[in-house]
Amino acid sequence: MTATTETPSALGRPIKRKEDARLLHGQTNWTDNIQLPGTVHMAILRSPYAHAKITKLDVSPAKNHANVVNAFGAAELGDLNGSIPCVWPVTDDIVMPAFPALAPDTVRQVGDCVAVVLATNPQSAVDALEDIVVQYEPLPVVIDMEKAIAPGATPVHADAGTNVCYVYNLGGGYEEVKAKADVVVKRRFINQRLIPAFMEPRSVVAAPMGMSDEITVWSATQIPHVLRVLLALVTGIPENNLRVVAPDVGGGFGGKLQCYREEVLVVNLARKLGRPVKWTETRSEDMLATHHGRDQIQDIEIAATKDGKLLGLNVELIANMGAYLQIITPGIPLLGMFMYPAIYKMEAYNFKCTGVFTNTTPTDAYRGAGRPEATYAIERIIDELAAELGMDPLALREKNWIKHEEFPYTTVSGLTYDTGNYEAATAKALDLFGYDELRAEQKRRRDSNEPVQLGIGISTFTEMCGLAPSRTLGALKYVAGGWEHCTIRVLPTGKVELITGTSPHGQGHETAWSQIASSILGVPVEDIEVVHSDTGRAPYGMDTYGSRSLAVGGRAIKLAAERLIEKARVIAAHQLECSPADLEFVNGVFQVKGDASKQQPLGAVAFEAFTAHNLPDGVEPTLQGEATVDPDDFSYPHGTHLAAIEVDTETGKVRVRTYVAVDDVGIQVNPMIVEGQVHGGLAQGIAQALYEGAFYDEDGQPLNATLSTYLIPAAPDLPSFITGQTVTPSTTHPLGTKGVGEAGTIASTPAIINGVVDALRHLGVTEVAMPATPMTVWKTIQAAKGGK
Amino acid sequence: MHHIPITVTVDGMTYEREVEPRALLVHFLRNDLGRVGTVIGCDTSNCGACTVLLNGRSVKSCSVLAVQADGTSITTIQGLSDGNEWHPVQTAFKECHGLQCGYCTPGMVMSAVDLLSENPNPSEAEIREGLEGNLCRCTGYHNIVRSVEMAAELMGGAK
Repeated sequence: MTATTETPSALGRPIKRKEDARLLHGQTNWTDNIQLPGTVHMAILRSPYAHAKITKLDVSPAKNHANVVNAFGAAELGDLNGSIPCVWPVTDDIVMPAFPALAPDTVRQVGDCVAVVLATNPQSAVDALEDIVVQYEPLPVVIDMEKAIAPGATPVHADAGTNVCYVYNLGGGYEEVKAKADVVVKRRFINQRLIPAFMEPRSVVAAPMGMSDEITVWSATQIPHVLRVLLALVTGIPENNLRVVAPDVGGGFGGKLQCYREEVLVVNLARKLGRPVKWTETRSEDMLATHHGRDQIQDIEIAATKDGKLLGLNVELIANMGAYLQIITPGIPLLGMFMYPAIYKMEAYNFKCTGVFTNTTPTDAYRGAGRPEATYAIERIIDELAAELGMDPLALREKNWIKHEEFPYTTVSGLTYDTGNYEAATAKALDLFGYDELRAEQKRRRDSNEPVQLGIGISTFTEMCGLAPSRTLGALKYVAGGWEHCTIRVLPTGKVELITGTSPHGQGHETAWSQIASSILGVPVEDIEVVHSDTGRAPYGMDTYGSRSLAVGGRAIKLAAERLIEKARVIAAHQLECSPADLEFVNGVFQVKGDASKQQPLGAVAFEAFTAHNLPDGVEPTLQGEATVDPDDFSYPHGTHLAAIEVDTETGKVRVRTYVAVDDVGIQVNPMIVEGQVHGGLAQGIAQALYEGAFYDEDGQPLNATLSTYLIPAAPDLPSFITGQTVTPSTTHPLGTKGVGEAGTIASTPAIINGVVDALRHLGVTEVAMPATPMTVWKTIQAAKGGK
Repeated sequence: MHHIPITVTVDGMTYEREVEPRALLVHFLRNDLGRVGTVIGCDTSNCGACTVLLNGRSVKSCSVLAVQADGTSITTIQGLSDGNEWHPVQTAFKECHGLQCGYCTPGMVMSAVDLLSENPNPSEAEIREGLEGNLCRCTGYHNIVRSVEMAAELMGGAK
């Protein structure tokens, strides 16, 4: 075989996943599977009150319980009760309250940590919690965000004296354009609180390692690298003594993008006790203590001319922080801030966000993190504006979106979209959907007043991936950067190690990153081992969230591979006694241009680099390439989603009859994985529209914080999806890729609710609250009828 | 605490152990036997991640006491394949990308095995209903349904 035989590149092929064999045989390494000798198990006493003074706490009776090693409240922990970090102080005058792991004197949410018991088995630790003596004096509770910031409200943090965490403003000029508008539509949308509910509950093990000072931490986390830095800062353990490993991690969706109280406690207690400490949450703990997502009140106003030209947008948010600020709690609404104008051209945009403390579980990133909220608001109000103008909602969108020939385009919020083709994606979606036929059926059902009405929901969305250019993050007062790292080594035997700073938890990086490297190095996918999620083996990285892994990490893989080839080229030229410029590199083999008989495979170069017997002068032994890359810009996937929604007007039941998702994520590394990401994203977005919502009563008691009462859709609750794609390569990404992890979630929530409202608009319905349960929809229909 | 002796066959191997009366089958599998392929996803018997076969029928192993498993034969995800020969349901889940993070997968696969043993040619609706007790947060179920359809085909061919 000669080197010039073309084999198909691994890039762009639906290669089956490397990860699956172990996952399908139960040969996995979840954190909770780790059972080290001498482990003590931690159980946590949590507050049953949303706001109360701790008037008495005595943990000593728990110490008498069989198998209990020790028990601690905040007082007993002293300096080891670290303060949980927030790394995104969005304004200079933001209120950043203290956030100790164990509450020292006041609890501020149901589920707040009060005390811990450590025992030689998990059952004894839980049993002994009952022996702790604790008394509370309830304090006034604030749950409703508007009441929380009204005069006279009890502050969640007394020393702050206010429940306003921050006020953030962007843009301007809306009032001027509003003055010349023919039509102004104003709405209030409630983007309800959601619970991430990844399937693998959180778990953390920390173990002092023998005679060294090293402490190894295994955690079900999305962010082993970031967590290592934060744990070092919070605990005072030298960073170089901390090794953080995220073993197999069972989903995250932003919920494992955190430095949690329990992680700090486990690490500090392992250090104090000098033995391994382990904690695994129950699901019911998870739903109280894992951060929540969304929870915004959105007042949005749009101004347009009578023929449907958009003039401006005014957005005023009240965003629930919960009781404390977690890692990037204040910044979540700001990740959506730039996206409200979405794909539309307009003259002015005003944005204001007020962050508010309440006696609830802290909020933070959940799949999409700010962009689903923004997309929901803009896509919903475009439909409302279309109704006001008497225009087809798709025609109104088309009239105002950025045309494909207008890219790159700088939006009114200041982002520059590199590429996009909304016309093509929409045309493809319409083709798959049968828009005109469904409109005809809708009219038929309306005319004959059928009990089951049909609605068409549209979402022409875009989003921003690839958090982020570090300078941009700095300008937004985010404490860290947004770069990513990759090292690729060709080992002496020709096998390849690809060391990435991304940290997959279901996304299939082991497969997809192998495909990228294979396509550049010409090494078979199965000969590439992707090393990740262990600061001991993959020391540099910024981890996985915000659809950044390919958008940023992919850049580092490409550059590292190219650098490796350039080093190999010099060695190969020396071996073949020619100039490096005379070599071409095809399918993993260097060969002299025009002389196919003179070849040197990459593996042979690697062996030469290993023996170092005959390297050119000045060339160092070993064959590796590494790159740490800061992205030039975000990337902007987009798409058109169309939903045919049936609403039974007699029962309020909503059925998603057809769902078409056409996504443009640029060049696809593995279309099978891309499609899977879209499916899962759709499910979570549809779930917000129809099923999920975490609610509290006035006393701050969670009303549905178990899997029995919080409705995660099961298989019968969702349809099969029709997916399509257009490919408009990103011009700011060297692979032409964009990002796909969150697109489905961002797009689908407004598509569903637009469909529900469209089905009922002729009955006078203009808004349906989420989740659009049968009860909510039925009541909405009744109210509209009564109002007529 | 009082312990009770039980004898249970798990993935072809017979174990004799003494367990607390309150111990759940899933805790027995994981903590006493180290069969950690079966996982725990909730504490309200909703998620189905811990599903195993008990005498050939699927059960949520969080909803069975270890003492109730005395004298039974349990098959977990770790005992499903026949040596190097994957079970058709495992093959189909890989071929159809029916898993992402893989945490629901042990339970989902075991439920699918039970579903297909009862109904070798299920419709899409029957598959969705049949897997209602198993939650997945990653796939949106689309490819899980495809996986079970493919497994039905693979297994039908063997009959």
